[in-house]
Amino acid sequence: MNILRLDRRVIFVLIALATALPLLFPVNLPISVSPRVKAAYDTVDRLPAGSYVLVSLDYEPDIMAELQPMSIAVLRHCFRKGLKPVVLTLYPAAPGLIERALDVASKAEGKKRNEDFVFLGYKSGNQSVILGLGESIRTMFPTDFWGTPLEQIPMMRGHNSYADFPLVINLTGSSIADYYIRIAATRYRRPLVLGATAVMTSDYYPYLSSGQVQGLIGGMKGAAEYERQMGLFGDARRGMDAQSLVHVVIVLLVIVGNVALFLSGGMRGGASGGTGGGTGGGIRRP
Amino acid sequence: MNLDAQTWIAAFLTLCVFSFLYRDNPFYRFAEHLFVGASAGYLLAVNYQNVLRPNLIRPLAQGHMIALVPLFLGVILLGRMWSRTSGIARWSLAFYVGIYSGIAIPSYFQGQVFAQLADAVKPFAPGWGAVNSALVLIGFLTVLSYFYFSLPHRGVHGMSARVGIWFLMVAFGASFGYTVMARVSLLISRVQFLLRDWLHLIPGA
Amino acid sequence: MRNGPYVVTFLTGALIVSFFFIPHHRAQEAQSVILDWSNVVYAFALILGSVTLWAGHQRKVATRAPGWAYSVVTLASLAFVTIWGVAQGVEEGTAVNAFYNSVNSPLASTMFALLAFFIASAAFRAFRARNTEATLLLVTAIVMMIGRVSVGEFIWPGFPKLTEWLLDVPNLAAKRAVAMGVGLGAVSTALRIILGIDRTYLGRS
Repeated sequence: MNILRLDRRVIFVLIALATALPLLFPVNLPISVSPRVKAAYDTVDRLPAGSYVLVSLDYEPDIMAELQPMSIAVLRHCFRKGLKPVVLTLYPAAPGLIERALDVASKAEGKKRNEDFVFLGYKSGNQSVILGLGESIRTMFPTDFWGTPLEQIPMMRGHNSYADFPLVINLTGSSIADYYIRIAATRYRRPLVLGATAVMTSDYYPYLSSGQVQGLIGGMKGAAEYERQMGLFGDARRGMDAQSLVHVVIVLLVIVGNVALFLSGGMRGGASGGTGGGTGGGIRRP
Repeated sequence: MNLDAQTWIAAFLTLCVFSFLYRDNPFYRFAEHLFVGASAGYLLAVNYQNVLRPNLIRPLAQGHMIALVPLFLGVILLGRMWSRTSGIARWSLAFYVGIYSGIAIPSYFQGQVFAQLADAVKPFAPGWGAVNSALVLIGFLTVLSYFYFSLPHRGVHGMSARVGIWFLMVAFGASFGYTVMARVSLLISRVQFLLRDWLHLIPGA
Repeated sequence: MRNGPYVVTFLTGALIVSFFFIPHHRAQEAQSVILDWSNVVYAFALILGSVTLWAGHQRKVATRAPGWAYSVVTLASLAFVTIWGVAQGVEEGTAVNAFYNSVNSPLASTMFALLAFFIASAAFRAFRARNTEATLLLVTAIVMMIGRVSVGEFIWPGFPKLTEWLLDVPNLAAKRAVAMGVGLGAVSTALRIILGIDRTYLGRS
């Protein structure tokens, strides 16, 4: 059938329109909060004021669309509850993004650097750093991001390893989440809340079930749910109308493609050992 | 550089990359090559500031001779650039691979194998939850049986592997759905940037 | 001498595994020092990669190979970002930081955003319900794509609950089995490397 030979640039135009039109003419469809995001929110919410939280924000500009709104919402939640986030990153290109997130969140909630939060900056090493945080944060990060020695920051006194933090939060788009699960959550038995890109989210359900992860915020939708729980209207919620329309367009394209192939007699029942097409696999951002 | 210039440069480069959707063209190739060089340079600069300076240059300047060990390991790794000296780089690689192999054994055992096994063999949930618990256990065992290739997939093992494939297909379908969501989110963000930050057609953040 | 690197792999791997079982602070400090050394080796590996990148593009320019003008762009951006980043730093307010915000950040985001278009096109062309397994995958993907967005609830109020069930039961079962398989595979590979049974990681001697 001719529709099967549709120029892919027509599909590109459809996707572009489906993305742009809801942003230009928003409908603001309501969002319900899923149980896993609610669990993440409740885990942070249950902490008494003054509790310290180790927040590891590990993402770069290519996935900031999903994780930056998440970071801002989570940081604002920590600030609103009077918690003390100690923020770090294991990604070299992340500090600029995290500075911005901390700036937005702290200004919105009236919080001050080194009194209400500390930003340790970037340290190379991934697993080695996560392991090292279990022994001594000062060895991994002798100074904060702006060069102030940790000994000179009153907020950091008496807080030098996982044992001093009742909660660890990791927002990431890579295997760093696995390292925090294996090291911080399992070896050092710290409660862990995870925020991941949508690509990775479905892979972490076994860890939710086993109790290694207390809550899971998945992708831009998860960030939008967290914003809704917080009563915020950030970039994630703004994007949900477009997300809905593009998904509907893609589903309709898949249905049309299958119907067209069926009508053209091209659908043959293949051997049941194969999948006969279709993408799959938990693609992990490298 | 003022913010407006940054926005215009970012918008230009964004459109250069999007132009690939029509077809490959010099604008896209320019943006692609700029990205490769800038990314590599940025990684180098960050690692110099955050790794080499605090762990190598500063300790050596302060007289801590033990820092010669990582310096030696790093320099011999550069031997890979020439075929005559590439053999010496193997010592450095062996050191690096040994470390991360050593980290892997206890952390994978503890964090992935034992923890998941413990959760798999716990009692079923009460009431109707037992149906879900049973399905999870059946799915777990049948998927494991699918990945056991030392026995041919025939008879009971074959049926079990077949059921395992069904569970895998559902899991891959879930992953695909989420992957679509992820990619669309990134596109939404770029279009938001173009419409809001560059063209001011939608209200600010 | 040829087997020297394998001995290094064994010693470092065994040492790191033993540190897991020794809680004494001296052992943990030694582990931190060794892990810092591995970060230095990694930084030198990045230098090696960048030099290789430079050499490849420089050769293209020198021989005026097709597309050599784009290689000039790569070389220029690599040189600029590296030199300025090493000399001035990469924090907020530096030239490299401004360059990063205008160039690296939008380019990286847009490269990934392109995938949304290609995933839609690929889904239209290749996502076919040809057999039971493909149909399971397709139906699950459709349920996830609709159920996880706001419009899903409008179409059918049961969509969110159905997607949660798919994630919590069949997806969990399959991913748990995969995670266990990966864990066991990683441990066996690490053991083979440490014990010198697998020697391919060092290439041909």
